[in-house]
Amino acid sequence: MNLKRLCQQAFKRSIWVYHANSGGCNGCDIEVLNVLTPYYDVERFGIKLVGSPRHADVMLCQGPASRATARALRAAYDAMPAPKLVFAVGNCACGGGIWHDTYGVIGPVDRVIPVDYYIPGCPPRPEAIIFGVAVALGMVDKKVAPVTFKQLQMPIPRYHPADLRRDGEIVVYEKAEHL
Amino acid sequence: MSVLSKLREIAVCLRAGMVTLPYPFEPRPAPERFRGRPIFDGAKCIGCAGCANNCPAREILVADPSQEVRIIKYLGLRCTYCGRCADLCPEQAITMSRDYETATDNVRDLQQHLEIFMGTCTRCGRCFKEPSPLEQMKLKGYRHDDLEHDRWVYASRPFLNGDSVVRDIDIEVEW
Repeated sequence: MNLKRLCQQAFKRSIWVYHANSGGCNGCDIEVLNVLTPYYDVERFGIKLVGSPRHADVMLCQGPASRATARALRAAYDAMPAPKLVFAVGNCACGGGIWHDTYGVIGPVDRVIPVDYYIPGCPPRPEAIIFGVAVALGMVDKKVAPVTFKQLQMPIPRYHPADLRRDGEIVVYEKAEHL
Repeated sequence: MSVLSKLREIAVCLRAGMVTLPYPFEPRPAPERFRGRPIFDGAKCIGCAGCANNCPAREILVADPSQEVRIIKYLGLRCTYCGRCADLCPEQAITMSRDYETATDNVRDLQQHLEIFMGTCTRCGRCFKEPSPLEQMKLKGYRHDDLEHDRWVYASRPFLNGDSVVRDIDIEVEW
C-alpha cells in the first residue's frame, strides 16, 4: 500500500525504463521491445526506454543473476536515482530459470537487488508486461492469489479393530454398511 | 509545401487507421493454444508425484508429513509453462490455463498448495506395499522437499545432513 502510494506520487508523469539483461536468452528482451511497438504502444502512458540507469525510474531485469553479471547488475541498481522500482521480467529473473542450480548462476535477481514486482512467463506476453506496469501504477488490481487445497476428509473410511465383530466363523466389519 | 506534406501525412494516417490495442483497459484473451500457468485440481490429484519428478525446472515440491498425507506444492516462479506435468498427469488433474496476467508484488501469490490423502488399503488402513523397492519409491515418492524454504532436495544427496541444500549455497560475490 505504501509502495503503491509512493509510485502514484513519484511516477505521476512518466516512467523511464532501463532494461537490464543479466544473462537471459533474449526472449524477454524481444517481448519488452515488442511492448514499444505501435501495437502495444506504451509511450501513450509516458513509458520510455532509456539507455542509462542514471536516467531511469524503473529497471526491468531479465535473466538470472549470473556470477559474471551480478556485480554489474548491482552497480546499475545503485546508479539509479531514488525512488526506484525493479521489475523481474520472465521466469529467469523471478526464480532463476531452468538452470537455477548450475555453477554459473547465483539465482533469481532478488538475491542481488531488491525486486518490487514479478512478471512471470517464459517469455511473458507483451500484455503481461503492460499488465505488470499497470499493477505497479495502480491502474488495475493483481489477479493472482495463493491457492491452497486441503482434503478435509479421508476419502476412504478408516479401519479400526474396534469395529470388527466376530460372527460365528466370519469376521464382520460393522462400518462397512456406511460406505 | 511543408503544409501540403503534413496534410498528406494526415491523409495517410487516417487511411491507415489505428492499430494500437486498448489493452490494459479492455481484456485481451490469449490465443486458443496458448499455454499459461498450470492449474492444479486437488480433487482429481492422486498424489503420484509424477509431475514433480518430471518438472524440468524442479518447480513442484513433494513432502510426506505423515503416512497418508502428501503435500504437493507448486511454486510458479521459474515454471516455463512447458506443459509436461499436464501431459504426464494420469488423472488430468493439471490443466494449462490461458491465464497470463500473473504479475504480482509478492512471489507467494503464484504458489499452489495441495494437501491430499494418499490411497490406503481399505482392510489394513495403511499404504500399499509395492512388490519391488523401485516401484515403492516411484509410488510413495522418494523426494522429501523442504516446503518451509521453498526448495527442493536432491534425491541423491551430495551433502551431509547438517549442510544446507540447493538454494542455500552461498556463492561469494565480490561487490
